[in-house]
Amino acid sequence: MNVVTAIVRRILSILVTLLGVSVIIFVILRLLPGNAVSASMGVSEGLLSKAQVAALNQYYGVGQPVLEQYFSWLHALLHGNLGVSLSQQKSVSYLVGLDLPVTLELAFFSMVLGVLIGVGFGMWSALHPGRWQDNIGQVVAVVGLAIPAFVLGQSLVVYMSTKFHYFPSSLTFVGFFSNPWLNFQQIIFPSIVLSLGIGAAILRTTRGAVLEVSGLNFARTALGKGVSRRAFVWRHLFLNSLTAVVTMSGIQLGYLLGGTVIIERIFVLPGMGNLLITAIKNQDYPLVQSVTLVFAAGFVIVNMLVDLAYSLIDPRTRRRSA
Amino acid sequence: MSGPLLEIRDLHIGIARRHRNDEIVRGVDLAIEAGEKWGIVGESGSGKTLTMLSVLRLLASPPLSVLRGEIRFDGEDLAHVDDRRLREVRGGDIAMVYQDPMTSLNPLLRVGRQLEETLKAHGASPAQAQARTRDVLRQVGLSDPERVRTSYPHQLSGGMIQRVMIAMALATSPRVLIADEPTTALDVTIQRQILELVTALQASTGMAVLWVTHDLGVVASLVDKVAVMYAGRIVEKAHTTRLFEHPTHPYTKALLESLPGAGSAHRSALHQIGSTPPDPTRLGAGCPFRERCPYAVDQCASSEPALMDRGQGSFAACWKEPSQW
Repeated sequence: MNVVTAIVRRILSILVTLLGVSVIIFVILRLLPGNAVSASMGVSEGLLSKAQVAALNQYYGVGQPVLEQYFSWLHALLHGNLGVSLSQQKSVSYLVGLDLPVTLELAFFSMVLGVLIGVGFGMWSALHPGRWQDNIGQVVAVVGLAIPAFVLGQSLVVYMSTKFHYFPSSLTFVGFFSNPWLNFQQIIFPSIVLSLGIGAAILRTTRGAVLEVSGLNFARTALGKGVSRRAFVWRHLFLNSLTAVVTMSGIQLGYLLGGTVIIERIFVLPGMGNLLITAIKNQDYPLVQSVTLVFAAGFVIVNMLVDLAYSLIDPRTRRRSA
Repeated sequence: MSGPLLEIRDLHIGIARRHRNDEIVRGVDLAIEAGEKWGIVGESGSGKTLTMLSVLRLLASPPLSVLRGEIRFDGEDLAHVDDRRLREVRGGDIAMVYQDPMTSLNPLLRVGRQLEETLKAHGASPAQAQARTRDVLRQVGLSDPERVRTSYPHQLSGGMIQRVMIAMALATSPRVLIADEPTTALDVTIQRQILELVTALQASTGMAVLWVTHDLGVVASLVDKVAVMYAGRIVEKAHTTRLFEHPTHPYTKALLESLPGAGSAHRSALHQIGSTPPDPTRLGAGCPFRERCPYAVDQCASSEPALMDRGQGSFAACWKEPSQW
């Protein structure tokens, strides 16, 4: 098996996964009561005449055969067209293009902080098992896992606004390129909130993996040949724990891509989470479908990157290539 | 500097259990002169590996710890050297080859890198380390050092890996080599090759070698002196030839009789030592071997004998001289 076929196989499996996801999203959406017309009209739908309802149904594409709806969506997707939002009258690609960078930026900062917290405290704990350093690490892990992000986020917003009269999120969100400093102030607090939970998960994984590796024979060999403390810790212990750490980070990043909904709400960030919530409230089928598909694609790509990282780290997982 | 090169004095090692601290090595004394070849023989669990690991302070702590005793290398008390000096001794003055070669190398680093890492830790430049790695790989009989150097451990066979481990230990020209059952994981033909290899290298470098093994037969032709361990103590210490001709401890005698082809050659069935070794954490007063010993007397149950001089360099921890057996 050579590299090219491996990559082709990989991409095919991604496409199949996404196809499956598209079916599930589509079906679940259609199972919800109501439709785009009732969502946009609300109770006033009852006041409309039959002809008006029919016209609106026609406009929103309600009542078309379900299979036809699915295949026309799929057909458009395959041509790179994510469709048009019913509630916002804009192309989904445009809306996603506007909001995706915000979510990506949030995910990026949260991941960087989370990995720093997780690996830092995790290593510190693992290198002093059962001692006070380990206890501190364990407390960080428990606190990080036990406090839900929405509690911490809400508290942080309240605390900062009452104590410091500091409301970075009350301003309209600015992009990184238009005002980097304000953008940083707006993005850093939600990132800190998200990074705690991520950090706690990575902390536990790191600690467990490093402790396990320290008990293996090759760790003893490394000590026995007199290598420096730093080489022992990083080249032998950490390197061999890295696959576990990368796996956990990948899982966390996957959650992050879909799980920032609440935090984006609390900190009023116009990210993908907010976009999705609005779309669901408006029963905006094309928007919900395509945004969810973008989340799914993100998840699948992260998984692929994790697999790729595996083969970079561990020579045993590399396929023999000619 | 007079005195032995490596000296272990009254070493006690304990294992921490829930409510108590059990002693599993109970007062080992050993003095190794420069260039000497020793065999440390005993069943699994007799404490031989722990004794050797404690020389380099490699005991897994917790739960293991040295409770008492001294380990001196060239007069220097290894328990009290600082970290920097400890790292110099580890792999520099005293090197070790471990029991299970396949799991003793870092699976994520190329073999060459791991050898060079040792050399660099002991002061070699990158270029020197690489040249020395090639030399020493060739020296241990690996015909294609360049391929081995650039391979990952999983790409090599067990025999090759053990040669790599020996090369790694020898690369820094240590003054003491501790070989902890270096051949148990290998098949018999490879075993032979490895034994001959280390013997040849020992002859050319003049280092002291400690062979740790459960197989008295393996070391018979390789070592000058043998220490037999049983339940955390040395029960007999003697010159190899003397030990084989006149064992002075019943356990040694039983070990010799259990060797295939040894003793009475006309008997085809192997002798075995009855019953199982005692749990070293549940020893009462008395000799730990008494229940398996055909010569045990009342005294053996009440007090444990210390090593006693049996003449001609033999020492045995037994109340009865061989003439009384």
